[in-house]
Amino acid sequence: MKRNRNLIILCVGLLAGLIAPLATGASDPGFYIEVLLGGLMAGVLYSLVALGFVLIFKASGVFNFAQGAMVLFAALSVARMAEVMPLWLATLLAVGIMVVFAFIVERLVLRPLVNQDPVVLLMATLGVTYFLNGFGQTVWGSDIYEINLGIAKEPVMILQSVFQGGILINKDDVAAAIAAVVLVALLALFFQKTKTGRALRAVADDHLAAQSIGIPLNRIWVIVWSVAGVVALVAGVIWGAKLGVQFSVSQVALKALPVVILGGFTSIPGAILGGLIIGVGEKMAEVFLAPIAVKAFDLAGGGIENWFAYVLALLFLLVLPEGLFGEKHIDRV
Amino acid sequence: MGAGANGGKSIGGVVLGLEGISLAFGGVRALQNVSFDVREHEIRAIIGPNGAGKSSMLNVINGVYHPQEGTVTFNGVKRRDVNTHEAAAQGIARTFQNIALFKGMSVLDNIMTGRNLRMKSGLLAQAIRIGPAEREELQHREAVEQIIDFLEIQAYRRTPVGRLPYGLQKRVDLARALAMEPKLLLLDEPMAGMNVEEKQDMCRFILDVNDQFGTTIVLIEHDMGVVMDISDRVIVLDYGKKIGDGTPDEVRGNQAVIDAYLGVSH
Repeated sequence: MKRNRNLIILCVGLLAGLIAPLATGASDPGFYIEVLLGGLMAGVLYSLVALGFVLIFKASGVFNFAQGAMVLFAALSVARMAEVMPLWLATLLAVGIMVVFAFIVERLVLRPLVNQDPVVLLMATLGVTYFLNGFGQTVWGSDIYEINLGIAKEPVMILQSVFQGGILINKDDVAAAIAAVVLVALLALFFQKTKTGRALRAVADDHLAAQSIGIPLNRIWVIVWSVAGVVALVAGVIWGAKLGVQFSVSQVALKALPVVILGGFTSIPGAILGGLIIGVGEKMAEVFLAPIAVKAFDLAGGGIENWFAYVLALLFLLVLPEGLFGEKHIDRV
Repeated sequence: MGAGANGGKSIGGVVLGLEGISLAFGGVRALQNVSFDVREHEIRAIIGPNGAGKSSMLNVINGVYHPQEGTVTFNGVKRRDVNTHEAAAQGIARTFQNIALFKGMSVLDNIMTGRNLRMKSGLLAQAIRIGPAEREELQHREAVEQIIDFLEIQAYRRTPVGRLPYGLQKRVDLARALAMEPKLLLLDEPMAGMNVEEKQDMCRFILDVNDQFGTTIVLIEHDMGVVMDISDRVIVLDYGKKIGDGTPDEVRGNQAVIDAYLGVSH
């Protein structure tokens, strides 16, 4: 019951924060919606990276630190291969590369370390992170590369008749959001409706019991790391198309951490909602809260975007440690 | 013919044969040259003091451990180092001493996982629930419902297993194993930690499974009363060696067995 109370308080607080700028008249509606959309777009990307974390955590109890490195590596592969072949072929090949990567991780990391402490596996994925970042640079180079999706980058003005000055949106942002929605829908179907999905959930709960009812553990791990690899690829391509493929892409993984804390480590809807909350929250805080703080405390201002997510995550850890949708028995984190 | 509770049943040929099984973990010799067989339709108990190698024996049968020496013959096929999931595919199901259920799932979903091996529809068909896949899911659901009725856990279908009391969790563990429709069912201390009533229920279920489904059962149990009541034949292990094998009556009179349990002055 205490959990429910905390949940309600948090939700009310978040909603209040969301509508405050509009309600207090601090912003005109058109601009407000632009900020909101910008936040949602960033949130979609956080969600995608967080999704990779959740997938692997659910199926193997491993907190995969390498998810960010996988995003970078996949994006690098697409960007460099697209220089010599059509984008669709490069993407397809990159999917193949991520599947091969999943095989290798299963064979060389997960299988030898089966039944070890979660901490051991976390350390192993840390190793994978450094390897993959370095290996990516060795193979693909360390410059900033472009991914050109062939979608015009200049923003379009919509709803000029409704709001004064209209709303500016980017076409590529919209495409990214659609791609993310489709991906998430496919994953939801896969997990909830197929026997492989059920097997994945079984493996997440108890390795030995899952094996004893005929679920091949190793194959499940390859599947789930492959899926996480494909999710990383989509995130990497979207991110790379927007900002260029460079090392900093792998740092987005650090933003996914607060997202999974918010949403719950084991929940796919949680990862999505958590990503959106953080994406919107940090944009709102940056645009509307920063000026107030600057005025009130005579600060230099700015930078809220960088720490907002972590403070929010901390708040959740204090009052709702299992996140919005997480299972209550978190014993592994 | 055993002196078991259903002495009238017909016991068939050998389903599972173990020949000269030796298993060591480094210097610890868990099993030393153990041989025995299990016949179709019988209830075969493995007993012995703590650390005698009972669980190791079960783990060898379903492929968790691979013995250094010896052969396992299941269904007439001599097998070498199968994995646990392969053993499951061959028709060996088991329950666990320390319950190993999928705690985050409901009772129903837990039991449904037992049907996983039997589901044939493709990924895509299942995801979008088209004709045959839908029918298949329903068909498996029906089989699972029968098991739920059989084990009298109708009231808990939707309950997450983590919330059930211990005795019921044990029952769900058994239900999941039964959902696989196994040829051979391994039960690792199915009655450990239960009160008298729960034990009686579990005994009844085990006998009914054996009787109605004709499932061959190998079980480990510490409660001698239970073992002597329900099993057809009993193997006694002590320090990894087989020291007795026969009907409950034969085993009860075996001096080596009495010594192992009561201790002797050397």
